[in-house]
Amino acid sequence: MSAIYTRRHLTNIFALVMSGVATLIGLAFLVWILWITLQNGITALTPTLFTKITAYADQGGLSNAIVGSLIMDLMALLICAPIGVLAGTYLAEYASSSRLGASIRFLNDILLSAPSIVLGLFVYVIIVLPMSNLTNGSISFSGFAGSVALALIGLPVIVRTTDEMLQLVPGTLREAALSLGIPQWKLTLQVLMRAAFSGILTGVLLALARLAGETAPLLFTAFGNNFMTVHPLDKMASMPVTIYQYTNDPNPALHAIAWAGALLITLFVLALSLLTRILFSRKKVSYE
Amino acid sequence: MLTSFKLPSRLGTLAIAIAASMFGMTAQATDITGAGSSFVYPVISKWSAAYAEKTGNHINYQSIGSGGGIAQIKAGTVDFGASDMPLKAEDLAKFGLGQFPDVIGGIVPAFNVAGVAAGTLVLDGPTLADIYLGKITTWNDPAIAKLNPSLHLPSSHITVVHRSDGSGTSFNFTDYLSKVSPEWKTKVGEGTAVQWPAGIGGKGNEGVSAYIKQIPNSIGYVEYAYALQNKIGYAKMKNAAGKVVEPNTASFQAAANTADWKNAKDFNLLMTNAPGATAWPITATSWVIMYKTPKNAANTKVAFDFFKWAYEHGQDSARSLDYVPLPDSLVQQIETYWSSEYKM
Amino acid sequence: MQATSAEPLARDTEHRSRADARHDFIFRILLRCCALLVLATLLGAALSTLWGGREVLFKDGLHFLFSADWNPVEDQYGALAPIVGTLVTSLIALVLAVPVSFGIALFLTEIAPGWMRGPVATAIELLAGIPSIIYGMWGLFVFVPFMAGIEPWLNDTLGNIPVIGAVFQGPPLGLGLLTAGIVLAVMILPFISSVMREVFQTVPARLKESSYALGSTTWEVVWDIVLPYTRSAVIGGIFLGLGRALGETMAVTFVLGNSYNITASLLMPGTSISSSIANEFNEAVGLHRSALIALGFLLFVVTFIVLLIARLMLRQLARKEGR
Repeated sequence: MSAIYTRRHLTNIFALVMSGVATLIGLAFLVWILWITLQNGITALTPTLFTKITAYADQGGLSNAIVGSLIMDLMALLICAPIGVLAGTYLAEYASSSRLGASIRFLNDILLSAPSIVLGLFVYVIIVLPMSNLTNGSISFSGFAGSVALALIGLPVIVRTTDEMLQLVPGTLREAALSLGIPQWKLTLQVLMRAAFSGILTGVLLALARLAGETAPLLFTAFGNNFMTVHPLDKMASMPVTIYQYTNDPNPALHAIAWAGALLITLFVLALSLLTRILFSRKKVSYE
Repeated sequence: MLTSFKLPSRLGTLAIAIAASMFGMTAQATDITGAGSSFVYPVISKWSAAYAEKTGNHINYQSIGSGGGIAQIKAGTVDFGASDMPLKAEDLAKFGLGQFPDVIGGIVPAFNVAGVAAGTLVLDGPTLADIYLGKITTWNDPAIAKLNPSLHLPSSHITVVHRSDGSGTSFNFTDYLSKVSPEWKTKVGEGTAVQWPAGIGGKGNEGVSAYIKQIPNSIGYVEYAYALQNKIGYAKMKNAAGKVVEPNTASFQAAANTADWKNAKDFNLLMTNAPGATAWPITATSWVIMYKTPKNAANTKVAFDFFKWAYEHGQDSARSLDYVPLPDSLVQQIETYWSSEYKM
Repeated sequence: MQATSAEPLARDTEHRSRADARHDFIFRILLRCCALLVLATLLGAALSTLWGGREVLFKDGLHFLFSADWNPVEDQYGALAPIVGTLVTSLIALVLAVPVSFGIALFLTEIAPGWMRGPVATAIELLAGIPSIIYGMWGLFVFVPFMAGIEPWLNDTLGNIPVIGAVFQGPPLGLGLLTAGIVLAVMILPFISSVMREVFQTVPARLKESSYALGSTTWEVVWDIVLPYTRSAVIGGIFLGLGRALGETMAVTFVLGNSYNITASLLMPGTSISSSIANEFNEAVGLHRSALIALGFLLFVVTFIVLLIARLMLRQLARKEGR
């Protein structure tokens, strides 16, 4: 009897200790990766990073890649935010119980985890090739194609958050507005979206955090550029692709620049996801 | 709250404005884009930076491998391709392309073995082929030891590094191995990408150099500048004449001197396993590939101007990276080729 | 007088409600089009990759899947090596990530004091926010040398066990299938553990409390009550992680070694579907390009099925709860 008890007790302690160890392993990897990025990145953070272009390689910086990334990320948001918010609204307000709504919601969740390199291939086929054929090659790979690929990464994030956030808005608000004779579109735009604004914004920021770090979809769409360009139809440099190229290089000076870039991206992305967490937790408090 | 609601509509206006400016503007890209060979990347990127400062014209060259250069120029997505594998006459005719050399350089076996300094290891073609076939697997193999009686080589496993992308460097390297090893010729053959019997793949000359540097007891093949600039050990080779030669501008030049450019249609000529006592056995040319009837005349004009400038003013930077600049007679021949073959 | 003024008002109201109805209709159509774009993206990605891969699929059919011959010189393309590499690395990732994620979820729901749960959960989830290229850099520059250090030890210990020993034999390269699998495990850990944590919290307190009242230990409650109750969702979470691991590109392409030779050893280099595409797509023409796009199609279909299973399993628990 007591032997059984001791065995159960020991099993319990062993399991609990192992679960603590598992948590420590997870945290250790986080600290390891962040520490390495911080350590290598900070020593390489210099003003030339922001003033010189990648054409000068180890004598240069990342300015064109930073500008390229900012432009493409912003354009991607401009594409996927309106579409995503409207699509999410459709799911929450017009199709919350219809079969079409259920299947779109389901597929959206799948798109959320779809392999990004395949989305890059898709954009290559539907944008890069046709543009190149139409313009006889003077426009082919472009920042625009890159932002469409990034937008496909961000889209499902926004759809899902918008859908969830609008569902959190209490039904009484809808009923009150409708009883005043407001048409549905006005209700949606002026009442519901206002009520869920911070939640929807959270989704947009989450999407930005998600797409800002993506490399694979840009490889066959934005290509790369060693010089500064702001024209959306030019081949465009980006931070992740430049980091990828510099990491592949044997030159330690380029590794240093890559680490500095990695630090900038990681800080940007992590700051965004922490910010959304703060916004989101406030949201939860106000509606639960 | 009302003001914050208006944000989406303002974003919408901004989006429309940007879209309008994008498609309304004549899509006149000021950049000339070239892509391909990582073999020439060090020198082209140097030329491009200097040329941009001089003329303000941007030559955006992306090092994606010779295979990539050929594929992208055929697809018409870049203004010029660069490849260390020449295209065959029928291929050029089919796509309406022309090609001309831009620089000559050497491919060296590069290694990372503790205690063995750069330029001390000696290899010959058959041994190199057997290493890449996976038949020689340790550094103290009798075949290597016989060539290096004075070196103390470890018993460690040899890690073979090759290219993972389509590469002109691979093409010249496998062409050389096919010439010196019948077994390589039948089992593997030559090409920008082959079915490698052993080893790991690095992307570009960059990736191969990085792996050699990182992995102890590895061997690979890279353009000479990559070995020198990154302080990677390189081997001497026994050439076709049976002499051991060191890789340097002189031995690359000696191999280049054996080339008979006058009789090479479309400059299609390989220099691997060149005869001559001082010739480096894996010397290679890199070519520029462009449309004979330009798709974008203005861009093509700038590209020609760039290469003309490079032949005249880029020699020193080529030499400083241990490439062999093209001889004057060849440059003249290229300029004749331009005016006879290209419709400007 | 009153009657005459009411009539235009009524007409006006009617006019307005008609306009409203029209606007509502247009608005609804607009929203639906946006929602259908999600559908179009998925369908488009599947169809365009299928179309791009038709050449090799028609030529080789099923042989494409089972041939290990990837030979650009002969223009022969078989997908076996990338498929095996993708599956092996993803399975290693699952084998490592599932127990660790379970441990983390257990710790965060049952053991950790209240003040610790939020911050630790956030920290673990930050792992999911780190861009995959950073995992690639860390993998190549830090983790590969680390693995090269412990691989001789693996050779000497696990490598000497009969039968499974061959799996741990090989030169200490540092890179290879095992290294890629471990990096993937770290990447998918936050996804699996956050699903597990969320569903563990949905277990009704009375179930757990009844079990405690009968004298169960914490471990017994989790193993015998919580896990069976949430089984389908836990499996869903695992499949979600698997879906992520299958499609990951940048983190594995540096540490996998890009070799098309299939070996028994996990310490040897390999290749994966996504890293083959990333490496070769820009240079591929003709059949080669078709083979790569067909690989993309294959990857898309496989992840689609895995994620489909994941979502169905996750929904089962939600149903049970009446959500």
